[in-house]
Amino acid sequence: MSVAEQSIAGAEARGHGFLASSVGRKIVMAATGIVLFGFVTVHMIGNTQAYIGPETFNAYAKFLQGMLHGAGIWIFRAVLLAATGLHIWAAVSLTLDNRAARPIGYRAEQNIASTWASRTMRWSGFILAVFIVYHLMHLTIGNVHPAFDHTNPYANFVKGFQVPAAAGFYIVAQLCLGLHMWHGVWSVTQTLGLVHPRYDSLRRNFATGLTLLVVGVNISYPIAVLTGFIH
Amino acid sequence: MSKHLNLTLHVWRQKNAKCDGKFVEYPAADISPDMSFLEMLDVVNEGLIRKGEEPITFDHDCREGICGQCGMVINGRPHGPKERTTTCQLHMRSFKDGDSITLEPWRAEAFPVLKDLMVDRGAFDRIIASGGFISAPTGSPQDANALPIPKENADLAMDAAACIGCAACVAACPNASAMLFVSAKISQLALLPQGQPERYIRVRDMVAQMDAEEFGTCTNHGECETACPKGIKMENIARMNRDFIKASLTYRPATGGGGVG
Repeated sequence: MSVAEQSIAGAEARGHGFLASSVGRKIVMAATGIVLFGFVTVHMIGNTQAYIGPETFNAYAKFLQGMLHGAGIWIFRAVLLAATGLHIWAAVSLTLDNRAARPIGYRAEQNIASTWASRTMRWSGFILAVFIVYHLMHLTIGNVHPAFDHTNPYANFVKGFQVPAAAGFYIVAQLCLGLHMWHGVWSVTQTLGLVHPRYDSLRRNFATGLTLLVVGVNISYPIAVLTGFIH
Repeated sequence: MSKHLNLTLHVWRQKNAKCDGKFVEYPAADISPDMSFLEMLDVVNEGLIRKGEEPITFDHDCREGICGQCGMVINGRPHGPKERTTTCQLHMRSFKDGDSITLEPWRAEAFPVLKDLMVDRGAFDRIIASGGFISAPTGSPQDANALPIPKENADLAMDAAACIGCAACVAACPNASAMLFVSAKISQLALLPQGQPERYIRVRDMVAQMDAEEFGTCTNHGECETACPKGIKMENIARMNRDFIKASLTYRPATGGGGVG
């Protein structure tokens, strides 16, 4: 049992720090979550240029590489790496606390209000982490790509998705992203206290709309390649 | 007169906090549908006592749904299947003849089982003692109109103050988080002028105590709100988070030298 069982933790516990506190770590989770879903939204919008054609798409890739004389992309990568790291750290640390908080579970457990998405956040998050590593090796580094060419991102994109297994994994990962974002985007508003009865339906609708948009467009890329619409 | 019920209970029996517990099956025969759930347990216990067996221990006090003492997980739902209803206000007409009912104590590391279905909720008392109050001299009440309070705030504070501290929120939460309780106790004061002087020190102290008691953390499932017999809203958790953010950004460490003019 906790030390606190006999006493009031008081002022010394209050000073135990933002990152050690439960609410503090939840706020880290929410803040890094904003960075991450902000990124996937921009990533999705940028990639729509694949539908315009190889020249536009490759020019966009070149523009990203050349931002701030090449420093821009590394600043982005550093921010994303930090956000992902903090997000995973907060998730693992809070999950361990939550497991410890209920050592003996219920025999007859009933879930009423929670959703499949909310209960599978740890799984969808884990699959996304694996996917991110694969995605980087596939279309950024290229070491798991069948015919990677640093100078031609459009060809990498098309040839990469022509492998059905790879395209299938992308689709599965996007469905996980959908579950994760749908609960996550709504949770951000709750954790950061952005709650008011006037905007409650807006919070849910925003999460649903953004999720459908991002996941729908992202899934369309491998499908467009597999069906030969993009070639 | 309606038909009496014959039920099978699967009850968690545990001698004390140190022993391991187990489920034991008991028949509950000839139960009137007009009985409350606790009266049904009283009848089962009378039978156990007559047979010389140890009766099932459960917490209860007022039996009118306002004290927050009673509480057990009935078929996986704290306080049973009816919304906004404590165990004592649940009636046997909510069950069907032949039903099997599983009874478990609140499950949380912070609430050690004392015996059978009774847990020690002292953790809640210590959270209140860490900041769930206002430091103001009491005395004869002042004129009601001396302190203007917007009607909306008075209503929201009253809604938060409806919390009876039964801990169904902790029991229902898949993470055994106490945030609905703590946020209700923070909100009832944060919404009123009397709560302002200690508003931001209170949220930090109560969250620190909540963490020290080893409750889990909210992942926004919403089970607590559904289980709460008093309809406490998750909006309170958002308010607590908001106050915690502000408190963390703006608190000043104690210097000891200030305020002397």
